[in-house]
Amino acid sequence: MNVVTPFEGIGASVRRKEDLRFLSGRGQYTDDLNRPGQAYAWILRSPHPHARIRGIDTGAAAAMPGVLAVFTGKDMAEAGVGGLPCGWQVHNKDGSPMAEPPHPVLALDKVRHVGDPVAVVVAETRAQARDAAEAIAVDYEVLPAAVNMAQALAPGAPQLHEGAPGNLCYDWHIGDKAVVDAAFARAHKVARLELVNNRLIPNAMEPRAAIGEYDRGTGDYTLWTTSQNPHVIRLLMGAYVLHIPESRLRVIAPDVGGGFGSKIYHYAEEAIVTWAAGRLERPVKWTADRSESFVSDAHGRDHVTTAELALDQDGKILGLRVSTLANMGAYLSTFAPCIPTYLYATLLAGVYTTPAIYCEVKAVFTNTVPVDAYRGAGRPEATFLLERLMDVAAMETGIDRIELRRRNFIGSEQFPYQTPVALQYDSGNYHATLDQALKAADWAGFEARRAEARRRGKLRGIGVSTYIEACGIAPSAVVGSLGARAGLYEVGTIRVHPTGSVTVLTGAHSHGQGHETTFAQLVADKLGVPIAQVEVVHGDTGKVPFGMGTYGSRSLAVGGSAMVKAMDKIIAKGKRIAAHLLEASVEDIEFERGEFRVAGTDKKKTLAEISLAAYVPHNYPIEELEPGLEETAFYDPKNFTFPAGCHVAEVEIDPETGRTQVVNFTAVDDVGRVINPMIVEGQVQGGVAQGIGQALLEACVYDENGQLLSGSMMDYTMPRADDLPPVGVATHTTLCTHNPLGVKGCGEVGAIGAPPAVINAVVDALKEYGVRHVEMPATPERIWRIINANRPRMAAE
Amino acid sequence: MPQVTLTVNGKKHTVEVEPRTLLVELLRETLRLTGTHVGCDTSQCGACVVHVNGDSVKSCTTLAVMCDGAEVTTIEGLARPDGTLHPMQEAFREYHALQCGFCTPGMVMSAIDLVQKNPQGLSEEEIRHGLEGNLCRCTGYHNIVKAIAAAQEVMHGRRKELARAAE
Repeated sequence: MNVVTPFEGIGASVRRKEDLRFLSGRGQYTDDLNRPGQAYAWILRSPHPHARIRGIDTGAAAAMPGVLAVFTGKDMAEAGVGGLPCGWQVHNKDGSPMAEPPHPVLALDKVRHVGDPVAVVVAETRAQARDAAEAIAVDYEVLPAAVNMAQALAPGAPQLHEGAPGNLCYDWHIGDKAVVDAAFARAHKVARLELVNNRLIPNAMEPRAAIGEYDRGTGDYTLWTTSQNPHVIRLLMGAYVLHIPESRLRVIAPDVGGGFGSKIYHYAEEAIVTWAAGRLERPVKWTADRSESFVSDAHGRDHVTTAELALDQDGKILGLRVSTLANMGAYLSTFAPCIPTYLYATLLAGVYTTPAIYCEVKAVFTNTVPVDAYRGAGRPEATFLLERLMDVAAMETGIDRIELRRRNFIGSEQFPYQTPVALQYDSGNYHATLDQALKAADWAGFEARRAEARRRGKLRGIGVSTYIEACGIAPSAVVGSLGARAGLYEVGTIRVHPTGSVTVLTGAHSHGQGHETTFAQLVADKLGVPIAQVEVVHGDTGKVPFGMGTYGSRSLAVGGSAMVKAMDKIIAKGKRIAAHLLEASVEDIEFERGEFRVAGTDKKKTLAEISLAAYVPHNYPIEELEPGLEETAFYDPKNFTFPAGCHVAEVEIDPETGRTQVVNFTAVDDVGRVINPMIVEGQVQGGVAQGIGQALLEACVYDENGQLLSGSMMDYTMPRADDLPPVGVATHTTLCTHNPLGVKGCGEVGAIGAPPAVINAVVDALKEYGVRHVEMPATPERIWRIINANRPRMAAE
Repeated sequence: MPQVTLTVNGKKHTVEVEPRTLLVELLRETLRLTGTHVGCDTSQCGACVVHVNGDSVKSCTTLAVMCDGAEVTTIEGLARPDGTLHPMQEAFREYHALQCGFCTPGMVMSAIDLVQKNPQGLSEEEIRHGLEGNLCRCTGYHNIVKAIAAAQEVMHGRRKELARAAE
């Protein structure tokens, strides 16, 4: 076997192994698969945001051509199917648990949002199922709806759930209110801001799909699904919904076309096709239309917040007080309760030495699609609030916005740094990322560019955000104490084959992140095996022992660490085999670049020789060692990881149309050790694109009747190529101190850092109009109205 | 049921279709060419783009019966029989212009048509404008634009080999 060249190991921009199949049309996404004898499901969804179901007549539909069955919520409940479980329990201020109303797979007595599934038709073809669904007659008693949080919390509001009085899911808080109030009492200046974090629709390019299959001969069920975490789906669906033991249920998430959080959750359709497959003894396939995705994939963000920052006369932050309403939608999606609490309020120290923080969060049920984690999940909301507030504070104190940030940065000598909101940051260098970003963005030369733009009739602005996030989730004991109903370790198996090639089995899941390449690089680097001889297997509970999946930028920090741990075990065992073969003591065996060597001699064995000996144990320490060379490790992280950095946006606004264009964007991120710079850069660019989308383009809009107006790609504005600037990406590395790779995570930084940088730039561009804040998305209409509302005053001045 | 005869990736097929059958359904379900994807239902995303008689077409809004006698090329038909990738495919790989891969087939087919119809060469701005009919949610387009800019040099014979991406 060849010893690997250094170019394939850690730090190399290796071209991706997965690309060949995607570029030649040979990817295998769920909808690309067909099973023998497959039937098709179509789901009838509620057209009303809130209605009582008086009755459902499925007779006409059942008699339609090709129809095999029509099932309603009653059919599933009678068969003992459970509701969709919630994976995280948050507690109220008084210690009582949150309201956790039932979430039936198909609606029972009521529908609670447009798109709520009501019945399913299974037919020989998809078109037949769809035709028949139109023939189902549902007798609805339409009820008044609570479309937004203000309506839902108002006295006398329509009540969504019996078990959630006042439509309140929880009323939670963190921090010491008395200490914070005292800080405000002695403040020199208080900066206050009310702001909305706009609701977003994730829109991974691949619509969700699922195929259920039942084998009567063995009693086994198989589910193919568009999931970021097949083991979690197996656990939740098997244990809570369909009551199928894990040993009888295999969940496969094959190639998945993007997720961004929206494919973490256990969705109704997964249970429906699996259950229907058992009932009909036919494989059952369901694929969402994009219109269905809009009303059935979990949405993201949707906060309304009041935030106040207390400062002393030198601009040092004394305290932060935050009150947030967070929309849960109509039901609790799998991880929804933890997003606006433990992934949000715990980040409110940001990169600053704020000594006292208090945050209270009310989570509210409304007649809208459930809301859960979307790229960044809580951290973009915290960052947007903080970084907007820093600019407002700068404006109101007259201190330069860069200087104000610098005065409050946690110094690089202060790590580990304990914040007042539970987290302990392990490493970082906030001055360094800021310096590097300002230089790359030519911050110093901006005023000349502003003046030049002015001569062209354009309003130019520049904005900065210095953000931090917590990822690599998470230490199981910590999240358990905070209400998580799962451990958040990861699992990795390293299987060295007899001739020295390697299969990696990982519980992480790749849906665009390039794991097949990055994880192979880890093996190349540590075991010296060329990446062409490393196979990475993921997304199949029938192959991978266990796993918690991919979200929260955890794959490398947690999943990669599990692999490192497993490789350490491989090396330890290999050393014992080598010691036997080389007639040396184990302590004298060194392993480097694929070779076991007796220290100080030229006696050596390659990994392939060792693995061959392990599988053909003719000359082998069989009394003390088992044959074979395969090791599994569970890695439970010691802490979160804390990527941080600085993003700078430069925008130009056309005052005639209100259109904002991002003309320059610079990202300098500290994501810890970089395994594949090309992939990291791509992850940051993609995240920044979604962040710019949130800031300028993307608005989820419900009308006053609870109908989703932005319910298609014609109405919901996703960034296109000509909406975005070239994005300059660089990294500045401080290593994570508590995982073996020193990695932090890069998948979400773009979506976290970009929105406040863009809005700060927009506000800067509009400063002559007396603007303090602009809500997202800063659409042309919104900007045009601001400009025109303020024009007369300007003229008068 | 109507009968349609069409040539797909050089191979002639005669198939019966329902009048409402879409070209993308014929490709994916009847011919099992699943490289062409469906990402939306409003003709916005471009994941379904194929070439029909040399033009890029959204196969999700084309009826199969409209393609009687047509020459269709899909992502599966781009590489040479020996497996050599089309310069556009090669450029997407070299410039990391794909992540999840779902929009990629449509993106590559649109990009090839865009470059072929513009032998004079395209600026970065023109490439961005030319991609208006294709959505990508992963990459932010930055690397897609770079890949197309590099591929056009090879496709128009201005370079023999693809320029390597900066490390």
